[in-house]
Amino acid sequence: MASNSSGGGGEGGSSDRQRIAQQRLRIIAGHLQRPADDGLIVLAAECKGQNNKTEASSEGRTVPRRRQEIMKWNGWGYSDSKFLFNKKGQAEFTGKRYRLSGMIMPALKDWFEGTFGASLQHKTPATPVLTSSAVQPPTLNEAFVEELKSTGISFSHNAEDRVFRAHGHCLHEIFALREGKFGRVPDMVVWPNCHNDVVKIVELACKHNVCLMPYGGGTSVSSALECPPEETRSIVSLDTSQMNRILWIDEKNLTAHVEAGIVGQDLERLLNESGYCTGHEPDSMEFSSLGGWVATRASGMKKNIYGNIEDLVVHIKMVTPRGVIEKSCQGPRMSTGPDIHHFIMGSEGTLGVVTEVTMKIRPVPEYQKYGSVVFPNFEQGVACLREVAKQRCAPASIRLMDNEQFKFGHALKPQVSSIFTSFLEGLKKLYITKFKGFDPNRLCVATLLFEGDREKVLQHEKQVYDIAAKFGGLAAGEDNGQRGYMLTFVIAYLRDLGMDYYVIGESFETSVPWDRVLDICRNVKARIVRECKDKGVQFPPLSTCRVTQTYDAGACVYFYFAFNYRGLSDPVHAYEQVEHAAREEILANGGSLSHHHGVGKLRKEWMRETVSNVGMGMLKSVKEYVDPQNIFGNRNLL
Amino acid sequence: MTSSFGDSGRSGPLDEEELVDILEERRRSSDLGHALRTFSPHPYKGAPTCSAADLNKAVLESQHLHYITKEVAMETGATVEEVREEASGILEEMSQNLQLGFIRLMGYPLSKVSKKLFRSIFVNMEGLNRLQQAVQENPVILMPNHRSYFDFLVISYIMFTYDIPVPVIAAGIRNTVFISPSLRCEALAGMKLVGRILRRSGAFFIRRAIGSDKLYWAVLSEYVKTIVRRGFAPMEFYVEGLRSRTLKSLTPKLGMMNMVLEPFFKGEVFDITLVPISLSYDRVLEESLLAHELLGAPKPKESTTGLLKATKVLQEDYGSMFVNFGRPLSVRDLCQDKINRCQYNLIPRDLPQKPTAEAQACVSWLAHLVVRIQEEGSVISPWSLMASLLLQAPTAVLTEEGLPWHRLTEKTLWLRRLALDFGARLNWPGGVPDSNVMQSNLVLHRSVAQRKTGRVYLVREDEPARKHLISPEEDAHRTAAAVLMMASYRNQCLHIFVRPAMLATAIHITKSGQKDELSTFFCFLQDIFSNEFIFIPGRSSQDFEEACFLLKKSGAVHISQEEVTVLDAGLEVLSFLQALLQPFIESYQVVFRYLCENGPHSFSEKQIIPALRDWTTKLILSGELHTYEALSSDTQKNVLSALRRLEIVTKSRASEQNEFGVNREAVKRIGDILSGKIPPQSLHPTPLARL
Ligand SMILES: Cc1cc2nc3c(=O)[nH]c(=O)nc-3n(C[C@H](O)[C@H](O)[C@H](O)COP(=O)(O)OP(=O)(O)OC[C@H]3O[C@@H](n4cnc5c(N)ncnc54)[C@H](O)[C@@H]3O)c2cc1C
Repeated sequence: MASNSSGGGGEGGSSDRQRIAQQRLRIIAGHLQRPADDGLIVLAAECKGQNNKTEASSEGRTVPRRRQEIMKWNGWGYSDSKFLFNKKGQAEFTGKRYRLSGMIMPALKDWFEGTFGASLQHKTPATPVLTSSAVQPPTLNEAFVEELKSTGISFSHNAEDRVFRAHGHCLHEIFALREGKFGRVPDMVVWPNCHNDVVKIVELACKHNVCLMPYGGGTSVSSALECPPEETRSIVSLDTSQMNRILWIDEKNLTAHVEAGIVGQDLERLLNESGYCTGHEPDSMEFSSLGGWVATRASGMKKNIYGNIEDLVVHIKMVTPRGVIEKSCQGPRMSTGPDIHHFIMGSEGTLGVVTEVTMKIRPVPEYQKYGSVVFPNFEQGVACLREVAKQRCAPASIRLMDNEQFKFGHALKPQVSSIFTSFLEGLKKLYITKFKGFDPNRLCVATLLFEGDREKVLQHEKQVYDIAAKFGGLAAGEDNGQRGYMLTFVIAYLRDLGMDYYVIGESFETSVPWDRVLDICRNVKARIVRECKDKGVQFPPLSTCRVTQTYDAGACVYFYFAFNYRGLSDPVHAYEQVEHAAREEILANGGSLSHHHGVGKLRKEWMRETVSNVGMGMLKSVKEYVDPQNIFGNRNLL
Repeated sequence: MTSSFGDSGRSGPLDEEELVDILEERRRSSDLGHALRTFSPHPYKGAPTCSAADLNKAVLESQHLHYITKEVAMETGATVEEVREEASGILEEMSQNLQLGFIRLMGYPLSKVSKKLFRSIFVNMEGLNRLQQAVQENPVILMPNHRSYFDFLVISYIMFTYDIPVPVIAAGIRNTVFISPSLRCEALAGMKLVGRILRRSGAFFIRRAIGSDKLYWAVLSEYVKTIVRRGFAPMEFYVEGLRSRTLKSLTPKLGMMNMVLEPFFKGEVFDITLVPISLSYDRVLEESLLAHELLGAPKPKESTTGLLKATKVLQEDYGSMFVNFGRPLSVRDLCQDKINRCQYNLIPRDLPQKPTAEAQACVSWLAHLVVRIQEEGSVISPWSLMASLLLQAPTAVLTEEGLPWHRLTEKTLWLRRLALDFGARLNWPGGVPDSNVMQSNLVLHRSVAQRKTGRVYLVREDEPARKHLISPEEDAHRTAAAVLMMASYRNQCLHIFVRPAMLATAIHITKSGQKDELSTFFCFLQDIFSNEFIFIPGRSSQDFEEACFLLKKSGAVHISQEEVTVLDAGLEVLSFLQALLQPFIESYQVVFRYLCENGPHSFSEKQIIPALRDWTTKLILSGELHTYEALSSDTQKNVLSALRRLEIVTKSRASEQNEFGVNREAVKRIGDILSGKIPPQSLHPTPLARL
């Protein structure tokens, strides 16, 4: 991940430790300096003004109004960071932001060509520039625009601005952009600066019957941001990115009150400055926003310590067409009927705009340590994770990758002094010498992340390694562990590389009871392979999975699937059919419709069977009461 | 169109396929060498191999068995430990112990015996190749039909010869009554030696009538499921349940099928491959034994001695045997819209659960499908056609006057064309004059029919040298035995003709040409006879269309949008087909009549079969009935099953034992419909009664 956020900056374990130690010192110093009166740090109070550019606490924010200044319009992430095959045919990662930046990954080409049957000769470059003329002219609601102007809230109907907010990161969305194709896009974008701005916008939208679509970080992978093509009203994208301040930190109760548009990396960085963190780290945290997390019921990699978003929020404020919804106090738990937060969390922008959230915070941990364990096979690995969950001793993060992903991880190893002959050979050499008796085509690896004070971490580490040993697991070093986590931040960039060479793919996830984990992994992977064959895919697909979260009663499983589409006339359609079949398979194997990506429009068709007719009716009646005009008309979920 | 299930693995006339006689090689090279050959199969790739001991351990440690053990302990007052001991004993008794050494040990005598009994054993190589591929990809279930004890090891033998993992075989033990758990082992004692050998060759044993013994059922089902889940080895079982005494396919039994499929339904395996296998014999080793069994003669025990006494059998010629490995069927593909696997989401999968109606319907459908494919893959001999024709002559004629040989020849050649038209896999050797083919078939079956001075006669077994005179009843049974023996060979080809025959019968009885009327009657016949012949549930309209198509193809009828018109040239076909079904219709009517007129209002199965036999014998002796086949106890049982299925015969609530009550009026109504007195009407109490 980006070097300016925690965990990725150093060169290796030791310098990370130094960095953390320094940070810790700073924190202690901070405690000493601050007047120890009420423990409240007020960082901002008023709505920041339109031209008040020097607002202290929003300085150095990642996301500008004009996203195009730093981000790609038809791919993942920062414009300056991307994978490419250089003239020598070696894979390289450009830019300076990440640990991998500027490095060469000699094994990637072999792996890439071998896995997909792809060739560097066969390129499928993306349309280089966004042609504004190809974008439909906006349908404006003049009366709305007029009144909006009078509020002083900034807005735009520039084509680029609109295109940027017309999509998330589903394969079909990015594929279309690369081809320079735009469907229905929002007719304008508004940038509220604070809660009150949002209140005004929602009022005006109701008054003039304009369709509002909240937009956070734009990392959705459920078609949640796609404009419904059947929508005839003017569609206004409400971009929360400028609502990005931490309003106060309450050190007595360890909470922070934050505007919902802040993105993960900013939130963590700013809290770190005061010695705190939320610990909520979804893989998309560089770009995804607090409001987005709440709206999709997001899950972070370190939920074992910090909890998922539903465990982290203490108070939510949301602006709806009916008015503002919030609780009257911040009691840590209440028995006051169904929790209204649970109408808000997962509402996916269908009920209103989350504007401010009070979240739990924790002191930045003193010590962090990566680790990894190699198992002879996936079955043993799952059994180990299950035991770890049973003993309730899961580290901050524990993830189990299957054999294919393990190999993939190795393909991403940056150039080191030793010479690589071929990718697989190197692998064999390494693992046959190191892990005698393990079959390189069956073994798999678990990556671990421990956090806390040093002593406890070391103790905890031992406990987990001891359990692993019972399942034939052998410790495989910090480095392998760290690389595993880094991979999750660059994988989205890698998809763009694949797409340059006829390879398309995506990930999807589910949650499933423990006794079904192995079955679901096997069956879904096999189903993908079979469906690809049926749909005319000419090359064997990459079909792989990992177990990314453990719970008392089950686990979260993540599938990756990609294939070489040469020879297919409609690759996206084929892709979607396979993904659809894979989801059917997941459901048939007792998996959930989604663990954290949400439903959006992509998985809507299964909602009824997922929550029952009555459940569906409940949700609908809430929507009908809160938003009878369907102002929040993104048509997700229901 | 005739190959009604698309790719069922059978393909056109026999001579176009690559059939290899596996005995040829055995006649040329050393049997010992064969038994000691290096065996290098490609195993299942989906899971690591595990030993028989691992397998048994997994079964005993399964959650499912834990539940049941606890339950049984609660119910019986025994301790969990005791129940677990018992379960372990059951597993011990049941479980196979596949050892390659024993396969080799069996291989040697098997080679010897096979060569003695058979001229050839033909195997379709293409099927074998497909199987070899299939066993690597998914757990495989081998599903042969069951016609002879010889079936039992022949598949293992072939797989051993061709480097395919040797199957685990679910073998039933017929006719063993278990009184108490402690007696179990003793009851098995008779089978000890053979049992041990078979077990080592991969067989495991299932007691019949286990429905009531919960623990036994649990151990068995967990054992079967574990084998499938782990892809331990291909699993072989007889979906027909028993060896067919009539050589006609039996309606599939669903218990084992349920167990085998459940791992797929519950997502424990990605897919399961079913391989229907058709075993066809020119002449069946047990032919006369079967006929006697059908007449209720005391059956020789299935004990070691019983098997060994078969030495007499070794002196005879049994012609050829055919093993047809059908195309592997993907359960996943077949069940695509037939089962919603989400139904298993809300209850732990190890928890004992009754299959839902949906699952049961799906299992039944699949089982029927497999049996139909077995039928389509089986090879029909010229003798089967000859037997069909011979049986259409009155029995008295066959025993007394005989049938002119030239007449039989003529008709057989005519029937050959019809059978081929209908898609039969006929084994009619070329390059030899047709009359020679038939002659040699007759010679092969001289125990059933013989030619004397240009006429063919039914052969009745020699009169036992007894002091007293043979009674008329005994004499009738002697004739019946001969008829039933011959009928069993006719039965081998029935599946080719049964659908058009039902249409021919419908035409004959309804005297109608309206397609919808015919279709209604056709469905009625299917309803009545679905315990007698194999019809895939839910396919009656396709079956009807198929019948129409075949009759049209044979030139018997003209078919328009709404009408079926009989053509003059088709009378021969129609009357043959109708006559083919006649013995069944008459046999059913006899039972119906008995139930309406003479039978008691309620009865147990034990009583009714002998009573029916006596009554039928009387009818025959009085000259009222000419159909000796009506004496077949299998047919009688089928009638009762059909009536039970239609809820016309019902279990009496009062009695604990298997007492049944009869709705005489309903029986009469069916009889009247069947004889054309009244038009067909729905037989079902509720539309959903039949799944
Ligand atoms: C590479 C990658 C990795 C990812 N990893 C994870 C992960 O580890 N864990 C995880 O949970 N998810 C993950 N996601 C999915 C995605 O990041 C989450 O769904 C995230 O919560 C979306 O936040 P966002 O701010 O980007 O929302 P957007 O994508 O902008 O919007 C998502 C939905 O939320 C609504 N919404 C956004 N903001 C608000 C608001 N303030 N008020 C009301 N509604 C709002 C939108 O209308 C939309 O329906 C990943 C996605 C990608 C592309």
